[in-house]
Amino acid sequence: MIYQFEKDNIPVVLDVNSGAVHIVDKMIYDILEYYPKDDPKLQVDKEKILQALKIRYNEKDLRTAMDELDHLIKEGQLFTKDIKRGENFEHVIKALCLHIAHDCNIRCKYCFASQGNFKGENLLMNFETGAKALDFLIENSGKRRNLEVDFFGGEPLMNFQVVKDLVSYGKKKAKEWNKNMRFTITTNATLLNEENMDYINENMENIVLSIDGNKETNDRMRYTVNNKGTYDLILPRIKRMVEKRGDKPYYVRGTFTKFNKDFSKDVIHLAEQGFRNVSVEPVVASREEDYALGFEDLEEIKEQYDILEEAYFEKKGTKEEFEFFHFKMNLQKNPCQEKRALGCGAGVEYVSVTPEGEIYPCHQFAGNTDFKMGSIWDQKDLDSEITETFKNASVDNKETCRDCWAKYYCSGGCHANAYHENDSLLHPYELGCEMEKKRIQNSIIIEAKKRLESDRS
Amino acid sequence: MTFITTLVRGTSTKEDSITGCGECQTSCQSACKTSCTVGNQECENSKR
Repeated sequence: MIYQFEKDNIPVVLDVNSGAVHIVDKMIYDILEYYPKDDPKLQVDKEKILQALKIRYNEKDLRTAMDELDHLIKEGQLFTKDIKRGENFEHVIKALCLHIAHDCNIRCKYCFASQGNFKGENLLMNFETGAKALDFLIENSGKRRNLEVDFFGGEPLMNFQVVKDLVSYGKKKAKEWNKNMRFTITTNATLLNEENMDYINENMENIVLSIDGNKETNDRMRYTVNNKGTYDLILPRIKRMVEKRGDKPYYVRGTFTKFNKDFSKDVIHLAEQGFRNVSVEPVVASREEDYALGFEDLEEIKEQYDILEEAYFEKKGTKEEFEFFHFKMNLQKNPCQEKRALGCGAGVEYVSVTPEGEIYPCHQFAGNTDFKMGSIWDQKDLDSEITETFKNASVDNKETCRDCWAKYYCSGGCHANAYHENDSLLHPYELGCEMEKKRIQNSIIIEAKKRLESDRS
Repeated sequence: MTFITTLVRGTSTKEDSITGCGECQTSCQSACKTSCTVGNQECENSKR
C-alpha cells in the first residue's frame, strides 16, 4: 500500500508497510496513477505510460523516473508486501507504571484519575508493594534487558521517600539480574525543591512536568484545593528543574481542551519560557464534559498544528527553539515493523500497578475492575484472557485501520481512548485518528523541509 | 536519484532477523501518557 500527500508544495509518497518515506517530483504522482496500487507483482505497462504522459513531460525524464521507481521497488522501499508479525515476538513484561500515590495535592478539572484517587480511596503505595511490583517486572521480563518504571500518580512527589527507596531497591535487583532499569517520573511540579530535583536528576532517565500553557489556560483547568490557579506556583519550579536538568531528557507536558483550541499559543508560550521539549496533547474526556473536544473542533485543531509547524521553523536556531513531541520522527533508527504493529503494548508488555498491588493493562484502566488482571500478591491468578484481549487488539485486527495509511505510525491508537469512546478496544477513537494523521503529515513535512534545505546548502 | 529523495528508509522484510527485540521504550511512557505514537520511537537494537 502506498499513500501520497502534498503539503507546502512538497509531494510525498509513503510506503505504508515498510515505513519508507520519499519526497518526489510531481511527475512521479502522474506516473504512479498508472501503477496498480496493491498488486505486488506490479504489471506496469511502461510504453502506455510514456504515450500518455509524453505530451506533458520529456520522454527521457519519464524513463529515468520509472527506472528510479523500479529501483525503489527492487530495494523494498515501495509497494512492499505486509509481513507476518508476532511469530517470533516474545511477549514479556518490560514496562511498569507504578501508581506511587493515589492522591494528589491539586485538582485538575479534566483529571482521568479523578483528582488522583482513580475513583477509589486516597492511598499511598508502601515500599513492600512497590518492591513486589519491581520483582514482578524483573521476573516476567524474560530476556529483555531494558526495563522501564514510571512513577505516576496522583502526585508521586507526595510519596517521595518510597520513590527513593524503590529506586535503590530496583537498581540493586537490576544489577543482580543483569537488567538495565530506567526510571521516569511524571509530576505536577508543585512539590519540587532543590533536594528532590537533584535526586531526580541523578536517578531518573526522564521527567514529565505538567503545565498546560499560559496562565489563563493553565489556571482554568489546573488549580489548588483552594481553587487558586497553579501557574505561578509551578512555573518557577519547572524552570529551575529544566535549568538543573542540563542535557538530560525531560518533557514539559500539557493538555489542550475545548477551552484552548488555539493551543499553538500555549506551546509557543512554553517554548518562550525556555522549555525545549514540549508535548501538548488533546484531552481524553467523555463527550458530556464542557471541555471535551468534538469533530466540530477538528478543522481548528488542524490549523493549530500548521501554526505550530511554522513556529517550529521560526524559532529554530533561536533561544526559543523547541521540539514538539508529536512532530518528532525518528529517521535513522525508526521503529521496526513489530513495534509499529504492537504499539504501546498495554496489557501485554506494559502494565500498571496500584497502591494496593492490583495489576491493570495501563494507568488509564486502573480502577475499572472489568480490566483488573490480578494482583502482584497472587501472580498465579493473572487474568490471561485480558492479556489475550489486548494482544488481539493489534492494528492488524482493527477493521477501520486495515486500509489506513497511518496505521503503523499510531499502531491503532490508544486502547483507553478507544474503549472510553466506543466501548471496544477494536474500534479506535476516530477524532484521535484524524488529529494523529494531521500530526504525522506535518512531522513528515518538517523533516522533508529540513532535508531539502540541507541538500540545497 | 533525480526525481526521488528518500527521506526515511523503510524497515524491510530483509531485517526480519532483528525485528521485535523489544528493547525500545514503551511509547506511552515517554512523554504523553494519553496517546500512542510509535513513529517517533527510537530503535535500541545495537545490531541495526
